[in-house]
Amino acid sequence: MNEIKEKDKNPEDLSEDMKVLDDLTTSEYKWGFITDIETETVPKGLSEDVIRLISAKKHEPEWMTEWRLKSFRYWKKMEEPHWPNVQYPPIDYQDLSYYSAPRKKPLLNSLEEVDPELLKTFEKLGIPLTEQKILAGVAVDVVFDSVSVTTTFKETLKEKGIIFCSISEAIQGHPELVKKYLGSVVPYTDNYFAALNSAVFSDGSFVFIPKGVRCPMELSTYFRINASETGQFERTLIVAEEGAYVSYLEGCTAPIRDNNQLHAAVVEIVALDDAEIKYSTVQNWYPGNKEGKGGIYNFVTKRGACRGRNSKISWTQVETGSAITWKYPSCILQGDNSIGEFYSVAVTNNYQQADTGTKMIHLGKNTRSTIISKGISAGRSNNSYRGLVKIGKNADGARNFTQCDSMLMSDKCGAHTFPYIEVENESAKVEHEATTSKVGADQIFYLNQRGLATEDAINMIVNGFCKEVFNELPMEFAVEAQKLLAISLEGSVG
Amino acid sequence: MLTIKNLHATIEGKEILKGIDLEIKAGEVHAIMGPNGSGKSTLANIVAGNEAYEVTKGEIIFEGKELLEMNPEDRAREGVFLAFQYPVEIPGVSNATFLKTAINEIKKYHNQAELTPKEFLSLMKEKSKILGMEEALISRSVNVGFSGGEKKRNEILQMLMLNPKLALLDETDSGLDIDALKIVSNGVNLFKAKDNAVLVVTHYQRLLNYIQPDFVHVLYNGRIIKSGGKELALELEDKGYDWIKPELVESETVYRS
Ligand SMILES: Nc1ncnc2c1ncn2[C@@H]1O[C@H](COP(=O)(O)OP(=O)(O)OP(=O)(O)O)[C@@H](O)[C@H]1O
Ligand SMILES: [Mg+2]
Repeated sequence: MNEIKEKDKNPEDLSEDMKVLDDLTTSEYKWGFITDIETETVPKGLSEDVIRLISAKKHEPEWMTEWRLKSFRYWKKMEEPHWPNVQYPPIDYQDLSYYSAPRKKPLLNSLEEVDPELLKTFEKLGIPLTEQKILAGVAVDVVFDSVSVTTTFKETLKEKGIIFCSISEAIQGHPELVKKYLGSVVPYTDNYFAALNSAVFSDGSFVFIPKGVRCPMELSTYFRINASETGQFERTLIVAEEGAYVSYLEGCTAPIRDNNQLHAAVVEIVALDDAEIKYSTVQNWYPGNKEGKGGIYNFVTKRGACRGRNSKISWTQVETGSAITWKYPSCILQGDNSIGEFYSVAVTNNYQQADTGTKMIHLGKNTRSTIISKGISAGRSNNSYRGLVKIGKNADGARNFTQCDSMLMSDKCGAHTFPYIEVENESAKVEHEATTSKVGADQIFYLNQRGLATEDAINMIVNGFCKEVFNELPMEFAVEAQKLLAISLEGSVG
Repeated sequence: MLTIKNLHATIEGKEILKGIDLEIKAGEVHAIMGPNGSGKSTLANIVAGNEAYEVTKGEIIFEGKELLEMNPEDRAREGVFLAFQYPVEIPGVSNATFLKTAINEIKKYHNQAELTPKEFLSLMKEKSKILGMEEALISRSVNVGFSGGEKKRNEILQMLMLNPKLALLDETDSGLDIDALKIVSNGVNLFKAKDNAVLVVTHYQRLLNYIQPDFVHVLYNGRIIKSGGKELALELEDKGYDWIKPELVESETVYRS
């Protein structure tokens, strides 16, 4: 309490509530510890040699090395995009290391053989790697810095013909599938960060659900950046064949570091006829400190292709972390009657910046899409929704519904909405709704008057605001997301 | 139970309450009447701890405790309840979640066991039956899309659920139809007990037919200018406020002498 009284520079309109909240701003990022583990890191800098080295370390086949090199050559000719509503100093791509791996070669078959330091790290993070947690029924792949360290439950899944492994393993073990689908949704020519990722991607997850199979458990990948001055470039590829179903969850954290770290992932997903893929993300990369120092630059390309008839792809994301987030999980609705959904909660506090949204590209007939975006801005942060709904000329009867709600928690933050709509078919129906609200002193007082402390009141209001999105998350992750939200917003009103 | 002494309060620099004295004992029902803008809601909000108002002078003692030193949630937990004149909407939060959280916060404060979901549900059923509230309203978001009357009923439902010591009902009767007025009044009468107290703010004597006050006070321009028994309400209904307005009463006196 004493501390805030001194810090308050403009106490004139800060009520007692707001002061309590302000006090809580001191709460720190709780996943910020650094694991002291022996790593093998490639020297800083990016060149064809570095790419060959990464490829060699991963014992990749020639075609893969070639694809990386092609991507790199393309990238060199490109310019970093600056259209997003975010600001950051220039990134020196030669001052980053592009590969870091725990030195003890992780053995993928048994948890006992994983470096105990690593296991401890994941225990601290609350990630289910222990046998007991495994019984809870979530298969987990863990990517630590650049490599996948363990994939649980592989055997159970194998019986159903499901492949769930790191992308590196898939390149070795299932080259025909990787060749067929890698880059088929996000080609390396797509954008600057996708090209860079294609050149240097280190690891990530690979999921393949064969025809007619419903994956019996949630598949989950946990990403952790540990090493400093290392970029993380995961590559995830998910394929659901005809009539298949899978629900996939991705979580991420990083230690507290003063310098900014680059994270440029690519996620590609493909749904064939009657297939359904649910992709949920709880993104909690280190957001930087209260003064805006440090934090992850999260520049990610995520795209799903509903290739088949009646296929469905849903993106659900809860974005609380990163200094800068720049991502637009998108759906290409190619198959007739296919469905794309995007449910998003993006929270920014302190000096965080987020420019996020989606693209729904309607190509097939009677394709439908739903976009629900909830942006919460606090502190001095900036939160933008950017979305494109495009209806192609053959997309008869296509429909879209978009709802963008913004909630402001302070007078110094910003919320922006950039909806783009392109309709080339007369029969299409596109609806857009947008609201902006402020957490009101009257709402807080109402809840106070019923016995809730101010922080609990704010959490309740914010959770209510995000409810439509949380409803889309698997139960245990919804609980996780609510907790995360509470932590991210501690002390944010004022 | 509640003692208010020489209370002065301002909002945005404007003085609204200009010296209020009021004493409410356990088992009593008080009514406050007075023209629009006279400060009735202000008074109720200040007792409940709304920080939009600034108390410049005076004190409020509730059950021996100095209320002005307590934050609003602790006042609520100690047993002060305000049924709002304009209940607030909380989108996405169900009435049930909201009430369960509220009850359990209060229980926690008193070191009592929290209600189990089952106990909560049966309590909720029992109380909403008293008020004739549809079950659907309970799972809906707090006050969102509620009609004016439903909002008021919802306030009284909350009062019955939280079972406070002091209930401040700010124009709970406005917006209620004739039948609803009876139902809600019945709810308040069931709540009334020896060890609690009720303060109703109202413009209409009709409510006081159902909820019989022990005392009626007239608040005018930030001061209580007259207090009496329930017959005072009848008189006000009949004659309006002019006959007791101090400046008018005074000028009359001057004229006569
Ligand atoms: N936020 C505010 N800003 C400025 N003035 C205010 C504010 N809130 C209340 N007031 C003023 O304070 C005075 C008292 O208001 P209050 O709401 O207490 O009246 P009331 O007696 O409850 O009236 P009513 O019978 O219409 O409900 C009014 O003149 C009102 O305009
Ligand atoms: Mg009023």
